[in-house]
Amino acid sequence: MGIASEALKNFKGFNLKNLPDVEPLSPGHRACQGCGEVLALRLAMKAIGTNVVVCSATGCMEIITTPFPQTAWRVPWIHVAFENAAAVVAGVESAYKVLNRKGIIKQPDTVFVAYGGDGATADIGIQALSGAMERGHNFLYMCFDNEAYMNTGIQRSSSTPYGAMTTTSPPGKMSIGQSTWKKDLPSIAVAHNIPYVATASPAYPVDLMNKAKKAVMVPGPAYLHIYSPCPTGWRCGIDESIEVAKLAVQSKVFPLYEVIDGVYYLSRKVAKPKAVADYFKPQRRFRHLTEADIKKIQERVDADYEALLKKCVEPEKKEKEIKGTEMSVRLDGA
Amino acid sequence: MAKETGIVSWKQLNLGIAITDPGNASQLKTGDWRAMRPVTDREKCTKCGQCYVYCPDMVYTKDAEGYYVQNYYWCKGCGICAKECPVDAITMIMEEVD
Repeated sequence: MGIASEALKNFKGFNLKNLPDVEPLSPGHRACQGCGEVLALRLAMKAIGTNVVVCSATGCMEIITTPFPQTAWRVPWIHVAFENAAAVVAGVESAYKVLNRKGIIKQPDTVFVAYGGDGATADIGIQALSGAMERGHNFLYMCFDNEAYMNTGIQRSSSTPYGAMTTTSPPGKMSIGQSTWKKDLPSIAVAHNIPYVATASPAYPVDLMNKAKKAVMVPGPAYLHIYSPCPTGWRCGIDESIEVAKLAVQSKVFPLYEVIDGVYYLSRKVAKPKAVADYFKPQRRFRHLTEADIKKIQERVDADYEALLKKCVEPEKKEKEIKGTEMSVRLDGA
Repeated sequence: MAKETGIVSWKQLNLGIAITDPGNASQLKTGDWRAMRPVTDREKCTKCGQCYVYCPDMVYTKDAEGYYVQNYYWCKGCGICAKECPVDAITMIMEEVD
């Protein structure tokens, strides 16, 4: 058994009846109406609890929670530059470790969380993140993926999906909008051989909270990629952010899965997938796409999903598979 | 401090411009951003808690009877609760101008 499955052995999980009451993030934050990102942050922090040190990269979630002289945080929180949230949380974690060892403080259960938007994670902060994951610090990194630099006015990032309209990838006669495909960040995290990687969506709140809790229970680095609808940047209705997030999962654009000790498990199987066109419909950023463009994107989405399914282990096979690998390890050892 | 707006003179700041009260953003009245107000019909409500879990502004709290009640001081009127309510117990009504 790997270190992550060992740590998660007795994890019961949340359900709608036993949600934690704590709100480490207070109301009165300045997020736009209908923000899906702050909802995801709120749910994740609810699951993680109050014994935590949070480190924030620059981005929407930093701006809206802490306009001086007010702060929406009820837990220790540090804001650092765009690129080094993961490096700073690694330093905080090491400092706690040393102080605990020397007996100066007695807080062995404190957990460490860093978060950033997709720009802070996929573009600017990926070097620090990669370093912290490689050194094996015990922390959780959450990426709130709203698929562009929303905070500064909707500029494209490497996480923007193909064909999306942003202010720096405007569609027109010579341009389709964003001309490159979305960077697959969870796979980059998996490639670091860290114990826990998962994707989550605020449209499935219990799943998101379970994954956040699991991620902090696992010793060693954990990475959580959270889909964060942005009504302002995606040009959808302020009440539609949850609906769009649901459609993203149901149309296979953003599949929910977790990778525990390198083994893929699908969290939500899409039995009757919807067309990608249905997902595009509420969002004005995709309105310029033609039938041919949508067909091309649909093919790519189907192929990606098929590739993911091939990697995933069926839940009923879970036990057998793990036993099987253990056996082979033992045989190799002998 | 003008708590509802968050605007404060520098003379009233703490030494080292420290914020000594964690979570003091909850003093800010984000409710005045609102154009539409969510109203729960208790006849239809099944106390499922979907509005509570999907609210990005932590507006809902549980009362003694188990119903979820809105705090209009913070509600920005996004309408997610009305849209996601499985029994359509929440309706959005226009705010009245006094």
